[in-house]
Amino acid sequence: MTRAFLPLASAVGLALLAGSAWSQGKVVNVYNWTDYIAEDAPKAFQDATGIKVNYTTYDTNEILDAKLKTGKSGYDVVTPTMSPHFARQKAAGLFRKIDKAQLKNYGNLDPEIMKALARYDPGNEYGVPWMWGTTGIGFNVEAAKKRLGDAPVDSLKLIFDPATVAKFKDCGVMMLDSPTDVLPAALLYLGLDPDSKKVDDLEKAADVVRKVRPSIRKFTSAEMINALARGDICLAFTFSGDVLQARDRGAKAKPTAVEVNYAIPREGSQLWIDVMAIPRDAVHVAEAHRWIDYLLDPKVAAASSDTVGYASGNKAAVPLMKTDVSGDPLIYPPEPVRAKFFTISPGDPDHVRLRTRLWTNIKTGR
Amino acid sequence: MSATARTVARGAPWGRAATILVPYLWLLLFFAAPFAIVAAISLGDYTPDTVPPVTLTWSGKAYALLVGDALYAAAYLNSLRIAAIATIVTLLIGYPMAYTIARAPAGWRGPLLMAVILPFWTSFLIRIYAWMGILSENGLLNQVLRGSGLVDDPGTLLGTEWAIYLGIAYAYLPFMVLPLYASLEKMDAALLEAAADLGARPWTAFRTVTLPLSLPGIVGGCLLVFIPAVGEFVIPDLLGGTGTLMIGKVLWDEFFSNGDWPMASAVAMAMLVVLVAPIVLFQRARARDLAGR
Repeated sequence: MTRAFLPLASAVGLALLAGSAWSQGKVVNVYNWTDYIAEDAPKAFQDATGIKVNYTTYDTNEILDAKLKTGKSGYDVVTPTMSPHFARQKAAGLFRKIDKAQLKNYGNLDPEIMKALARYDPGNEYGVPWMWGTTGIGFNVEAAKKRLGDAPVDSLKLIFDPATVAKFKDCGVMMLDSPTDVLPAALLYLGLDPDSKKVDDLEKAADVVRKVRPSIRKFTSAEMINALARGDICLAFTFSGDVLQARDRGAKAKPTAVEVNYAIPREGSQLWIDVMAIPRDAVHVAEAHRWIDYLLDPKVAAASSDTVGYASGNKAAVPLMKTDVSGDPLIYPPEPVRAKFFTISPGDPDHVRLRTRLWTNIKTGR
Repeated sequence: MSATARTVARGAPWGRAATILVPYLWLLLFFAAPFAIVAAISLGDYTPDTVPPVTLTWSGKAYALLVGDALYAAAYLNSLRIAAIATIVTLLIGYPMAYTIARAPAGWRGPLLMAVILPFWTSFLIRIYAWMGILSENGLLNQVLRGSGLVDDPGTLLGTEWAIYLGIAYAYLPFMVLPLYASLEKMDAALLEAAADLGARPWTAFRTVTLPLSLPGIVGGCLLVFIPAVGEFVIPDLLGGTGTLMIGKVLWDEFFSNGDWPMASAVAMAMLVVLVAPIVLFQRARARDLAGR
């Protein structure tokens, strides 16, 4: 998934913080998503432990993936998304086992999230959840009301029913440029298993997207937040965090505020979890554990969720958050909604190739 | 023979060898070696569970797929088409600019050329993002159009192929203007006077004298724009629509989305082959230009 608006500048990391209190040259090299932590956390960690943090950021899983697969990335802690990226990287033996004995805050983690993660990492041996969210529908409140009246917006129909999507064509529709997020939702819309790896099913899902293709202005992973917040588009299928950030930015837009909201499809929503992991060739393993343990501190995790507006993988942090984060049903959905979350498995290389090919064909109208 | 002369005589072969060696070393290190690595990877097998995800087998499977799947040929052809149109657009904007600068008073030329190069001082990526702001639905351009009362619904330029042409023309304009300026500036103004004396109207003089004499500049400028535009990724990705199939994007997908290094390398190798013809053309034109001096 993607969360910022400079996709290519991501490789240019910011070496934060000229360390003041670091002793004996202890260092930890952290590679994390952009805008994904309370801003003062690295500095506070450095002050508390004397370990210098080289904190750099990326904004697509693909960039991280390419760096890890090249080997000797130099990073000690990375945060890939659970599936397919973390799962595939784990299978390729890119990570080392987490030494849970070194994490005194490990018990704070949310058992529900740990269980979802265990599907790809049995026993949670290689990954520690950081934050999580859903995939769903972002919409311009005024535009949706004008076109749909009081009809419900929390349905995959909004993005996959050609007649419905066509109503939004004039004000702009965008969809994630990601076959691993859109095709499972299309499968679900058809009443099929969203994790189906059957070629026939995949073709059917592709046809669903092809039929709404004429109404879609762009497939993108990087432009949604601004486009929604500026009122350039009125409908988007994307990650919860993108829309919630657009909601905040839209409310502050000038000269007139743009009212944006998010809906979790009632048919079900793909759950994403970003996972902290230690690359196999990491040099500062002990420091990496210290860093992860620091982020598992409920106070630190709560401050970060307050800042970025995502749900935390840390259950003990929830009561410490601002109530407009912990009490927001779009960030922390109620049990009946959570029961319909699904995840997808990575698939073999042939499947990945077929999926990417189908996706290119859909996008270019072939 | 004085001591100094002897030293120079002894030192000269060394100096010459070093002078020749440096560019060759540079080429070996930064062109030949990476090229050989990409070529080797392109012939290997994709093995997702190794680091890096390729096994050197010389099987050439990627090339079989490259030929067998019509997508790649379509992407190459479309890239060539878009690059060609964008090059023509750049030429139409760049020629009058270069002409004006070359005919400007001598004291003005330096500052005007400087103004052409000045945008390079800002990051390329940021300038393309600025264009997104200008061309978007509620962007600067549409606000001006609506505000002027001339157009009610101007439509959106962002996401169309015209936005790509505009972006390429904007980004590569200096590469067009500079060679054009170089060939226009060295043209003798007396030739135009002679043409006028012989009864040629300004347009005829331009067509029969200026244009042919600036041909090396036109060829050089066009190729300098065309060659990088074929492989352009950032401009079509940010300014273009999703439906635009270009080889740079296909390469990105192969490398990042599929993680298939051999296939991505094969696409890159094929792109080089596609571009060999225009590069050779460029070299010839330049050689002719130099010989003509």
